[in-house]
Amino acid sequence: MLAKRVIPCLDMMNGRVVKGIGFKNLRDAGDPVELASHYYKHGADEIVFLDVTASYENRDILIDVVERTADSIFIPFTVGGGIRSTEDIRRILCSGADKITINTGAVKDPDLIQKSARVFGSQCIVSSIDIKRVYVRGKSEVSDKTVLDTPQGRCWWDVYIYGGRTQTNIDALNWAERVVQLGAGEIVVSSLDFDGTKQGYDLVFLRELSERVPVPIIASSGAGTPEHILKALTIGKADAALAASIFHYGTYTVMEIKEYLARNGVPVRL
Amino acid sequence: MKMAIIDYGLGNLRSIKRGLEAVRAEVFITHERERITDADAIVLPGVGAFEEAAKNLEPLSETILDQIWAGKPLLGVCLGLQLLFTTSTEGGLHKGLDVFKGQVIQLPPTVKVPHIGWNSLKFVKPDDPLLENIPDGTYVYFVHSYYGDAEDSGDVVSKTFHGIEFSSVVSKSHVFATQFHPERSGEIGLQILKNFVEYVTS
Repeated sequence: MLAKRVIPCLDMMNGRVVKGIGFKNLRDAGDPVELASHYYKHGADEIVFLDVTASYENRDILIDVVERTADSIFIPFTVGGGIRSTEDIRRILCSGADKITINTGAVKDPDLIQKSARVFGSQCIVSSIDIKRVYVRGKSEVSDKTVLDTPQGRCWWDVYIYGGRTQTNIDALNWAERVVQLGAGEIVVSSLDFDGTKQGYDLVFLRELSERVPVPIIASSGAGTPEHILKALTIGKADAALAASIFHYGTYTVMEIKEYLARNGVPVRL
Repeated sequence: MKMAIIDYGLGNLRSIKRGLEAVRAEVFITHERERITDADAIVLPGVGAFEEAAKNLEPLSETILDQIWAGKPLLGVCLGLQLLFTTSTEGGLHKGLDVFKGQVIQLPPTVKVPHIGWNSLKFVKPDDPLLENIPDGTYVYFVHSYYGDAEDSGDVVSKTFHGIEFSSVVSKSHVFATQFHPERSGEIGLQILKNFVEYVTS
């Protein structure tokens, strides 16, 4: 039976891992390759690197990290941040990454997903979608948008780009269906409402998305406790959960989370 | 002992190379006939689509088959497994190398496709050399949408369930193939690569 995955995410800046909440108070947290190796040895199912600076000048530093990581861990790893072209993707994959994530680059140029899926295969193209709730008054509907009931009120979900700074007025559920048609093999969902709050994942969105699209869904943002991860994988029906601070601050180890999931009947690789 | 990883112009060969090096194999990446003939064993990797891969592999097909019939050990990985089957239905009907009888077909639509993640092996031939020191039920990493539907049940080494029970490892004499990625399956995956290396050296 297919196991649910637990994935530590490493935010990187200038070749170093940084930690902080919502891009604020960033602190140096060490060498990305060392941290990735540490998580590899302690039960991580995959690793995700997110280059939060993602500037052109930093590409060589990123490539060096990707190469060194590929040489030292034997689980899949994904690289994202600032990817704009199939050439960017080729460089990262040829350096040893298994998958790449695209967010802003895909919203700006949806053909990028289609082109890169055709060349490299859907299995290595992960669409990253940043969402934020737009609450709706009363029973009113919004044209072209999927409005759903949540415990916090009725809302639809807007797609955000440029690291959560720019709203697009694109319905996130429609966008997710579109990226799958274009060839994305997985979707990572990050909620700007829940990011860094440690209040749990956006379960209503995850569940709806999981039922709508045929590809695996990775829940991101909001994990504060093992129970949040459990809910994302059960109520939210996600296939994997991605988390950063819960692991970096040593609150829980990856293995502790997986043992907790196993005790609660979720199939995991132990 | 030297192993040739066949480069037919698609995707990431670095991870399979590093995986084999981690278990002390001497490996090189090549698309040249002479170097493939010189090697002690062949690794047929693969990511991407069947048609493109089969097309790119075509100039080397005869060499690879000659080497197999001459008794050289071969390990196929992921799409490399699929290329060893008779035909594939991915993007139309395409011919494979026909080492394993059967067709490559899509996973059922009742489950999430691509099948991405860690899934377990159910041993059918527990004494296969590739499964040495591997526990039954162990998890390995899969990324694929199609699988090889083996006609000869004697070729099936292990099965895995994702909507349907499919062959996750097949072998026939000195030819082995895994639908999962041993180079991305942690310590278990490295053990499987080590088993292949030891089979080649023994």
